[in-house]
Amino acid sequence: MSVPVAISRHQPETASAGPVSGLDVARIRAEFPILRERVHGRPLVYLDNAATSQKPDAVIDAISSYYRHTNANIHRGVHLLSQRATEEYEAARAAVQAFLHAADPREIVFVRGATEAINLVAQSYGRTHLRSGDEVLITAMEHHSNIVPWQLLCEEKGATLRVAPINDAGELLLDEFEKLLSPRVKIVAIAHVSNALGTINPVKEMVRKAHALKIPVLVDGAQAAPHLPIDVVDLDCDFYAFSSHKVYGPTGIGVLYGKAALLEAMPPYQGGGDMISSVTFEKTIYNKIPHKFEAGTPDIAGVIGLGAALAWVGSVGIGAIGAHEHALLAYATKVIGAIPGVRLIGTAREKAGVLSFLIEDIHPHDIGTILDQEGIAVRTGHHCAQPVMERFRIPATVRASFAAYNTLEEIDALARGMEKVWEVLG
Amino acid sequence: MADLRDMYQEVILEHAKSPRNYRTLASSARKAEGFNPLCGDRCTIYLDLKGDVIEDIAFQGNGCAISRASASMLTQALKGKTAAEAEKLFESFHRMVTGQSPNGGRASLGKLEVFAGVSEFPARVKCATLAWHTFEAALHGEQEPVTTE
Repeated sequence: MSVPVAISRHQPETASAGPVSGLDVARIRAEFPILRERVHGRPLVYLDNAATSQKPDAVIDAISSYYRHTNANIHRGVHLLSQRATEEYEAARAAVQAFLHAADPREIVFVRGATEAINLVAQSYGRTHLRSGDEVLITAMEHHSNIVPWQLLCEEKGATLRVAPINDAGELLLDEFEKLLSPRVKIVAIAHVSNALGTINPVKEMVRKAHALKIPVLVDGAQAAPHLPIDVVDLDCDFYAFSSHKVYGPTGIGVLYGKAALLEAMPPYQGGGDMISSVTFEKTIYNKIPHKFEAGTPDIAGVIGLGAALAWVGSVGIGAIGAHEHALLAYATKVIGAIPGVRLIGTAREKAGVLSFLIEDIHPHDIGTILDQEGIAVRTGHHCAQPVMERFRIPATVRASFAAYNTLEEIDALARGMEKVWEVLG
Repeated sequence: MADLRDMYQEVILEHAKSPRNYRTLASSARKAEGFNPLCGDRCTIYLDLKGDVIEDIAFQGNGCAISRASASMLTQALKGKTAAEAEKLFESFHRMVTGQSPNGGRASLGKLEVFAGVSEFPARVKCATLAWHTFEAALHGEQEPVTTE
């Protein structure tokens, strides 16, 4: 830890809060009340968006308004509030369908989050189709939520989990992926964007290769949905999962997209109310999709909040948001990468939203604590991707991740925070 | 506002940089593993007891400055102590880093008192106590790795 404190300041003209890509960031920031919070007496610099994004007024108000004016159970009551709640709930489903460019609203299943979506597919589709000796293929950059459900399934079925490797930049080795595809593979499950590295995978090409062997593909879109336009028909993926809370919506709600023919053939994941069309003690007839997979009273307010979040994203434009974040990532890569002793983890050519790094032998937790004192929120740790950390032979990283409301000035604040790190620990 | 220097004291930084007793002990030693599942910190404590006395103690692992320094200073503090004395020390240490002994009651902690500042940073208490929980597991011969959760 003997590297000199020589963090170069960047010119102020490159670091204004103004638009870097046609986005009116000042106006956007005004829509997020939490950004007016102070942390340890300093303005909040929130750079932990890959963990969860903040929520705009539109989302907070939609949830509040639902409980104030609409609250009733859905799909059952004949009274006005129940009808209103059902309409708002189903309108959110249509909003998700439009967001994913899915062909049919019946292909949109509401779940608790991307994790539950993946578990649903593993337990329902996976348990039906996997036999002893079969394989599930994932990549070396998956989040634990796209590893563990498949391990549970493989353990139960006597199947094997195969892992497509990545290179030192954090990019998938497409040739190796292709070599691992075989008739034994019954499902492929891949991240659209890596949460720890930021790598964007060539999902469309991977789907095409898997489909050549008639293998269905699940895409974990938890880190892609906030940054990239998603078209499930164009990708031709069989399943797509994402979480509301990473795309400006509330926690506790998420989406599983599945092709209608697949969903229709799959057994239910959970039993209960709302997922049946008739029940006797001898036989239960299941409801149609998507309701077959939505047992029990769902998080109605959460679904409506997600609908409001996607409407908000639509009003700003996912393309404009992505371009803005790309400019932030490029600037952060330059500024943080220029700090002596910094090692960037994840340097793929195609990246979205995430800058993971280490500095000398200072542990990320110590960096996280010092940055927190400066009002800067970053994630430090293994990011629920321990195999990725092992791949790079590191225990943890510092991860700064970006959203529509972040500014170049906040990245300068991060760089100044790193100076403080040297001051205290160097 | 909590002062970072209260936690990152010179003594702590020095131990983090050059941890003492960072090695393994002979295979006859008691051994336990501990980890913090939230952050991935790992710690292995090796322990040689002669009767009731800690004859030798060492550690290995990786983690932040606080967890390394805590493990390093633990090995120094416990060498030569009886099991009962060690348990008592852990109790006082735990009370101190969780802010339950703001005045007095720390005299017995000696050098370990430098960790008092950790109580101002609740998210970091687990870093300071990981080695101690692992030590307890080694002392009691627990086979399963301990976690801070």
